[in-house]
Amino acid sequence: MKKGLISVLSSVISILVGLLFGLLLLIIVNPAQAFPKFGELLTAGVSSAPKFAKVLYQAAPLIMTGLAVAFAFKTGLFNIGASGQYTVGAFCALACAIIFQMPWWVCLLASVVAGAIWGFFPGLFKSLFNVNEVITSIMFNWIGMMAVNLLCMNLKKGGKLIMLPVAWVSSPIKDRTAALSYANPKAMIPKMGLDTLFDSNYMNISIFIAALVAIVMWVILNRTTFGYELKACGYNKNASIYAGINAKRNIVLSMVISGALAGLGGGLYYLAGTADYTIQKTLLAMGFNGISVALLATSNPIGTIFSALFISYIQVGGESLQPTYAKEMIDIIIAVIIYLSAFALLTKTILSRFIRLDKSNVNADKPAESEGKKA
Amino acid sequence: MNVLADVISSTIVFAVPLLLVAMGGMFSERSGIINIALEGIMIIGALMGCLMMRWLDPAVTAGQLGSQLAMLIATLFSGVCGMAFAVLLAFASINLKADQTIGGTALNMLAPALAIVLTWVVQGQGQTTILIPTWSRITQETFGIAAKDTFLQNLLFKNMYLTTFLTVLLFAIAVVLLYKTKFGLRLRSCGEHPQAAASVGINVFKMRYAGVLISGFLGGIGGLAFTLAAGSGFQSSVAGYGFLALAVMIFGNWKPWSILGASLFFALFKVIGSYASSIPFMPEFKGLEGVSTYLYPMLPYIVTMILLILTSKKSRAPKAEGIPYDKGMR
Repeated sequence: MKKGLISVLSSVISILVGLLFGLLLLIIVNPAQAFPKFGELLTAGVSSAPKFAKVLYQAAPLIMTGLAVAFAFKTGLFNIGASGQYTVGAFCALACAIIFQMPWWVCLLASVVAGAIWGFFPGLFKSLFNVNEVITSIMFNWIGMMAVNLLCMNLKKGGKLIMLPVAWVSSPIKDRTAALSYANPKAMIPKMGLDTLFDSNYMNISIFIAALVAIVMWVILNRTTFGYELKACGYNKNASIYAGINAKRNIVLSMVISGALAGLGGGLYYLAGTADYTIQKTLLAMGFNGISVALLATSNPIGTIFSALFISYIQVGGESLQPTYAKEMIDIIIAVIIYLSAFALLTKTILSRFIRLDKSNVNADKPAESEGKKA
Repeated sequence: MNVLADVISSTIVFAVPLLLVAMGGMFSERSGIINIALEGIMIIGALMGCLMMRWLDPAVTAGQLGSQLAMLIATLFSGVCGMAFAVLLAFASINLKADQTIGGTALNMLAPALAIVLTWVVQGQGQTTILIPTWSRITQETFGIAAKDTFLQNLLFKNMYLTTFLTVLLFAIAVVLLYKTKFGLRLRSCGEHPQAAASVGINVFKMRYAGVLISGFLGGIGGLAFTLAAGSGFQSSVAGYGFLALAVMIFGNWKPWSILGASLFFALFKVIGSYASSIPFMPEFKGLEGVSTYLYPMLPYIVTMILLILTSKKSRAPKAEGIPYDKGMR
């Protein structure tokens, strides 16, 4: 319990320092607007029901990519390829929806499978050929993005470019996929009345799916033999081989699961029906934001729910910074937070010393009950 | 023939940033610090170099300052700024013994955001591209030669920058430094077994700082070289080249000459990818959309992947990379 408290506290301290740094930057860039805009940044996420719906809507895929990175971290791997797995997952979900006219849950399953396949290769290459998974997944990010773009531009059904809007409505747009609202409305993730409750089209049940998956992942990692074996390989590969664990198989499995999680994120985001996949030359940022989510959560699956909500929250806040400031201010704040959490070890040692000291003092002075309970 | 000249000169101009940055990564990793922040370092270097060029532009156009002297200043400035940015990585991973991958990832996120914000501050709201002045390129004019459409002139003057010459010089210095000096030997020993190095009186902290700082310097210049090669101005991004340089470094087995070969190889495939439509023997894939934008550009990644698999058995990383130095661990 104490250990948990300390790691939460150290994350909170990183966040506070990061936010302070952001405020300082705002003051340097434009002192007159700094304080009101900073206030908006902090409150925008809860300023109205639609804004809050947007926070939840963006948090769902962030939880998934965060979980993907966190799961790999727990098993000693760095999955920087979440972006590629996310993209491939998104594509397969959309392809299932648009080409094969499947219902939403089949499309989600397709995204899981596609992400898993895209995670399988880095894992396989690592375990068979000892190729660093960081390099492989970076390569697969680019290969995945380009392959998806090619497929979107070229897939045909009945002589029409099926993935593009032109196959469904008369539209000159060629750089994005067809919207689900006319291509296949039943592939949209159900809203269950949440859209009227929040007065926002963004709202659906994806946040609950993501949170549920996070809990399942926590159970797998912490309450099953399978999870224990995966973690053991991460802590010490040689020791786990000595103990009879099949390390090679586990590396592949970890990457497959990690990829599946990221792929599901892609499905959740694009099956909402509010965003179309855009054909462009850059890698999708959602996968890389997953790294921040995982780091901020210290790779705890339950923690990813909260850190994804936080990151989504200040990203929504960041939109209110414009046009006075670049919205990239938010990325600076997040980067500073991650940089600070990199020396979490240091913060934790200081904190644990502080808390222990505090407790011994407290005991000596016969203090208020509540503080003793907290520690 | 002109296509051949184009291919060769573009290969060289794209190999330059890869070589510089991969060499940077090599110095850092051989001293024992994984430098995943190369992408961020490149961005900062490119940003600062471009800002310096922008600042020197009036003096050059007025003829008060030689164009290549201005380029030299900008290049060195980008190197120094890359170095300053790398200090953040060194501080976190050497002094505070933080996780090197996490620190590097944070810096990779910080750099592009910082670049966008700074570009806004310097150029005004919404101005996201810093244009590169035309005088940055070495042309026939620089030497006072008449321009002709010959093979040699196409080869020499189509894509020639001061950074290309500097890279040759820096590569030579780096090879000598790593293999022929006391400093190089000590640096390498810190990446293999820092405790053993410390036991004979080598200051591991200093050596690792040196490794990271050198990688910052080379990475910064590499960032500027990439922006020059890409040619469309600086837009707060180096298109994943820092990560590619990491792959090149691993593919080059952490050794300078192999890295040189690897970066030339990768650059060649990148150029073939982007010139494919004008090379006669490449298949055209009639009826497919996006061949030149998405299909051929996939080539370098796939080829690198296959080669990494084929050569991985021989691959040997510095033994102590990624592990914070702990005096008590013998």
